[in-house]
Amino acid sequence: MNLADGVQIVSFALLAAMMLGTALGVVLLDNIVYSAFLLAGVFISISGLYILLNAGFVAAAQILIYVGAVNVLILFGIMLVNKRQDFVPVEKAWIGKAATALVCLGLFGLLGTMVVATPWTLSSAPIAGDDALVVIGKHFFSDFLLPFELVSVLLLMALIGAIVIARREYLPEEADQNPQLTVPERPRELTTGGNR
Amino acid sequence: MELQYFLLLAAALFCIGIYGLVTSRNAIRVLMSIELLLNSVNLNLMAFSNFLDPAQVKGQVFTVFVITIAAAEAAVGLAIVLSIYRNRDTVDMEQFNLLKW
Repeated sequence: MNLADGVQIVSFALLAAMMLGTALGVVLLDNIVYSAFLLAGVFISISGLYILLNAGFVAAAQILIYVGAVNVLILFGIMLVNKRQDFVPVEKAWIGKAATALVCLGLFGLLGTMVVATPWTLSSAPIAGDDALVVIGKHFFSDFLLPFELVSVLLLMALIGAIVIARREYLPEEADQNPQLTVPERPRELTTGGNR
Repeated sequence: MELQYFLLLAAALFCIGIYGLVTSRNAIRVLMSIELLLNSVNLNLMAFSNFLDPAQVKGQVFTVFVITIAAAEAAVGLAIVLSIYRNRDTVDMEQFNLLKW
């Protein structure tokens, strides 16, 4: 699965421009719903870069997990925290932003010089390509068996922990004292008439 | 294609993520910036895996691990944001004074 060099360069440039543009949009746009949808653009273009790097399986996993699960989860979080409030402006906020931008540019310069100056010893071994899936599976069940099992336990812990943290405390004594025919989960919207 | 292109791209994405992490005031945007950071690390790992270790692709194995951890992190982070929103009725990072001394 080798594309010609020109096609690779062009698709890399397109994907890089798309990724940087959408990432800047995620950080800089005011409306957070736009940011969440642009985040999907970042994930999809990164998955395209993975395909350029001869890793089809991880590209598919990236789309499935990030776009399908994480991004939808973030969208649900935004819809649940749907308070249309304008943040109180902090005095001299631009100083912090300018300083952060300066630090980030400096960090990028540092990393860039490191990347360019380091003599990378490129390997000339044959590329695994589509057989990478088999190789990854063998790694999972031989030399990465312990991290694999630990990650599965950690996923279970995160699942239970997220449910425990996000669940609203429900007190049965209060509900028994004044029995009302409303849902006890969301009392705030009922009083304010639903502010979207 | 060169290894350096991918590394520079990942460095740029990392810096954008750091900028968003520090300057965002919405707590959910901070979570999104953390996802950007993790994705740039993944891109680094995949580039190393393709150019320096193409036979036994250990970078891809690590990328799968990082993706898993990122999914768990997003779930727990959003649960924490929801919980704080219920208690404080805001998602403004400037108004959180929890865990401060």
